[in-house]
Amino acid sequence: METNLNDKIVIENFSLQYVDGTESLRNINLRIPRNAITVIFGPAGGGKSTLLRCLNRLNDPADVKTMNGRILIENENILDPKTDIIRLRRKVGMVFARPVVLPMSIRSNITYGLEVMGEKRRSKLNEAVERSLKQAALWEEVRARLDEPGVALSGGQQQRLCLARSLALEPEIILLDEPTSGLDPISTGKVEASLQELKKTYTIILVPHSVQQAARTADFAAFFLQGELVEFSEGKTLFTAPSDKRTEDYVTGRFG
Amino acid sequence: MLKKFFSMNRNFTQRLGFGLLTLMAAMTVLPIVAVVIYIISQGGSAISLEFLTGFPRDGMRQGGIMPAIVGTFYLTVGTAFFSVPLGVAAAIYLSEYAPDNWLTRIIRIAIINLSGIPSVVYGLFGLGLFVLFLKFGTSILSASLTLSIMTLPVIISTAEEALRAVPQSFRTVSISLGATRWQTIRRIVVPEALPGIITGVILGLERAAGETAPILFTGASFFLPRLPNSVFDATMALPYHLFVISTQVPEMPFQIQYGTALVLIAFVLGMNLIATVIRSRARARRQW
Repeated sequence: METNLNDKIVIENFSLQYVDGTESLRNINLRIPRNAITVIFGPAGGGKSTLLRCLNRLNDPADVKTMNGRILIENENILDPKTDIIRLRRKVGMVFARPVVLPMSIRSNITYGLEVMGEKRRSKLNEAVERSLKQAALWEEVRARLDEPGVALSGGQQQRLCLARSLALEPEIILLDEPTSGLDPISTGKVEASLQELKKTYTIILVPHSVQQAARTADFAAFFLQGELVEFSEGKTLFTAPSDKRTEDYVTGRFG
Repeated sequence: MLKKFFSMNRNFTQRLGFGLLTLMAAMTVLPIVAVVIYIISQGGSAISLEFLTGFPRDGMRQGGIMPAIVGTFYLTVGTAFFSVPLGVAAAIYLSEYAPDNWLTRIIRIAIINLSGIPSVVYGLFGLGLFVLFLKFGTSILSASLTLSIMTLPVIISTAEEALRAVPQSFRTVSISLGATRWQTIRRIVVPEALPGIITGVILGLERAAGETAPILFTGASFFLPRLPNSVFDATMALPYHLFVISTQVPEMPFQIQYGTALVLIAFVLGMNLIATVIRSRARARRQW
């Protein structure tokens, strides 16, 4: 495969099977460009979350039966047993479908990742809190109550807090697994607007909660069906002129 | 008319049912209240400064029970010293690290069975292992170790339950933020489970404080004219003292027996109270 400087992540002949045989991925080849939003979408059980979790090695090794192929981030195979997983996870941040706020204050939620990394300097931590909350468009709403428990926030605010928490680590890649599935349209709009801003600095991979969201946000889109990558192209091509019949059927709502 | 009768009837049945359930629930309160009231009424008059701070006199028919109070305190602290670190560590292992394999299952079965062993058997075991084989003698050390073994299953199972109640998602998030499993346990899981762990610890220690049989052969002494001054000394203890003055001493004034029982109950219920306070405080502080 020819290398392309614009590719942040290169997935080569990647296959995965779970022990319980539920979801699997078959021979995935995918190049994810930097500084763009790549949307991974398709019906449930297609392997989207599985792929996302492989990118920061969050899959429980006990659940995985076989895993083959390579996933290169900046030419480094992260599936290599020698990979420093802790370092990888700082480089690849993740936001989950349901906002999971850690049982601590808003401030501590954000500084947690830096603190476990060994950062103790107050000034650095405070700086990270302000920067990441601003990036997640939450700063104005919470600046006066940073020491209140994080769970006191509304659902939409909690999800933006989770986004800010990932951003505090200054990752290179942000994975979002249906981050707006539990949010109202206004909160969803805020999250999507943040993402458009964030892609200037970060590589973003989003599993959207609907085809509409996929079409709205995608710079690039990958359609997954039952563990296979059916089609990958620029967002506007894929949603207006899909080359595969199955993609067309799905985006036009014929199944799914 | 008929319809109304039936609906009234159903209403009546419901009220009867709830009434009975309330009555049953209330009845569980009855024994503890009755025991406390009875013991206070019989032994309350024995409580005095001398009773709480003095040594027994006249073949224990007079004087105080201070050495037994101090002894039970020592034994409880000694038991905590051994059983809390071990029990909590075991619970963390079982909840956070243990793979689901035959070894883990055997450990679990062992813990369940450990809690089913009669306390007198622990006493004999302690006599054999700590007193005789390891030559600790009948001492606070032997008795504390014996009580620790007895207490461990209670601490392990309640602490493990508390740890398991911490949502899995907290662990996943912490790991995804680059924390190690150990950091996740220390910073998120254990603090979150702490109130539950403390409750388990105190429940276990409470039982240890009130037991007679395990200390009978391992560390309890009939009568000592002085306080123990090392962990290799035997000690008096409240439950054993109560057993002695209730069965071994002729012409024992019953006020002293009930007074001793009252102090023992106050000790145990006091620990319970502390557990409750710690828990509710932790809950109030957390707010989530």
